Amino acid sequence: MEGNTAWLLTSAALVLLMTPGLAFFYGGMVRSKSVLNMLMMCFGAIGLVGVLWVVYGYSMSYGTDVAGLFGNPFEYLGASGLMTAEGDPTAGTVDIAFQAMFAVITVALIAGAVADRMRFGAWLLFGGLWATLVYFPVAHWVWGDGGWIGEMGALDFAGGTAVHINAGAAALGLVLVLGKRVGWPREPMKPHNLPFVMLGAGLLWFGWFGFNAGSAYAADGVAGVAFLNTFTATCAAMLAWLFVERLRDGKGTSLGAASGVVAGLVAITPACAYVDTWGALAIGAVAGILCALAVGLKYRLGYDDSLDVVGVHLVGGLVGTVLLGFVATTNVGTDGADGLFYGGGAGQLWTQVISAVAVLIYSAVVAAILGLIIKVTMKGGRVSAEEEVAGIDEAEHAETAYDFAGGRGGRPASVDTSVVSGNSRKLEETKS
Amino acid sequence: MKLITAIVKPFTLDDIRSALEQLGVLGMTVSEVQGYGRQKGHTEVYRGAEYAVDFVAKLRVEVVTDDANVEKVIDAITGAAHTGKIGDGKVWVTPVETVVRVRTGERGADAL
Repeated sequence: MEGNTAWLLTSAALVLLMTPGLAFFYGGMVRSKSVLNMLMMCFGAIGLVGVLWVVYGYSMSYGTDVAGLFGNPFEYLGASGLMTAEGDPTAGTVDIAFQAMFAVITVALIAGAVADRMRFGAWLLFGGLWATLVYFPVAHWVWGDGGWIGEMGALDFAGGTAVHINAGAAALGLVLVLGKRVGWPREPMKPHNLPFVMLGAGLLWFGWFGFNAGSAYAADGVAGVAFLNTFTATCAAMLAWLFVERLRDGKGTSLGAASGVVAGLVAITPACAYVDTWGALAIGAVAGILCALAVGLKYRLGYDDSLDVVGVHLVGGLVGTVLLGFVATTNVGTDGADGLFYGGGAGQLWTQVISAVAVLIYSAVVAAILGLIIKVTMKGGRVSAEEEVAGIDEAEHAETAYDFAGGRGGRPASVDTSVVSGNSRKLEETKS
Repeated sequence: MKLITAIVKPFTLDDIRSALEQLGVLGMTVSEVQGYGRQKGHTEVYRGAEYAVDFVAKLRVEVVTDDANVEKVIDAITGAAHTGKIGDGKVWVTPVETVVRVRTGERGADAL
């Protein structure tokens, strides 16, 4: 028990680090005038969803089942009954902490779609409502005792449906309602700091070992299988994305490498404990290729998903979840299933597709409805066109990220100006 | 006096500076600028989306000199900045009314 507790505590901390990692992955991709808002949407999600999770979210996901749809929100209200040093902490306090980080990052993932334009308050309101109405119940569907997707036998080891399809579909629903950025797609909106993007991808990869191997809930062989597959698939996905770029655009890019890493991590998430090396390589390679192609869809279809949450997380999540129906195998000694290519027939594939489509539709529809409510009640839910062009950092946070010119003549607004001119008089005296 | 302004390829700056030093030119101002002439920009690709970057990074070198030295300075700059490829830049000359050295108040050629 001590070993398992130690690994789960470590994993929880690793998964928390993913959200700041995501903040930098996303933050480097936006223009320099909106990087702080991007970081703040991610950090804001940690604060808000963290509180909601401990107060009632955990209970809604893992409390006693109500009709297969959600857990009793009052059962563990404020961790009641579980906030104890007695018993197995991996079924109590440490479980709550570990799963909290999943809820946090799932909401934070959506932020990439609405970059540069959504009001911070509107974002927090959306995040809180979406977590309550979508993430907490869907986590119950997939992982809670009695949840209908889990009962159906669908495989999702660490969150292909519950986290990535869920967040990607919500991003799609929300941006369709919120609308495009001013000037998109006519004006170039290129990433302002690619080293941030690479740094963020590295932190995500590191944290993801806690996400996937931690989901074994034990320091055992299952965690080992999940860990190795997480590594293998991600390597393959990065190479695949770069390969597509080399063929299509002529050059492999750093943004492509970072994106391929994340696409691979997303796709292997549901599958990491249920496939062998060949399965992991296939899932990674297919995810790298399909996501590299899918990020172009927004230009064809005309939805402004700023940082490709749909192209990477929805598509990557679908790849992993559906491919499991082909390449899942019990040969690795975990309690998974056999997919079509491993003699299991089409049954598992069908189950995987149903679970993916159900989460996709539910999340996108609820996100769109929440977006509409926010749009009507909060003046569109976004900053004015003038503020957006000047930069959302200044409009929403009264800060700018970079100061290369010594503050542009700024001085403390609260300081009496006579004191300032007094200083310059003193300077004149020293001169003479 | 004349102000000589040169827009040049950034990597030629060191050669220009040593050429001007040999002429006895005692100062210059350098700034990073962007622009385009006959040399067009380049294309960047982010996640498959192509952006045409029209402006090319250049350096602007400014030197104020005596009328007598203008041709020598122009020759030194063009000689050092020349690669023979498109995008080598331009040099132009404008008249300067006067120059004042802030520290001493000297004017005209004495202030150079």
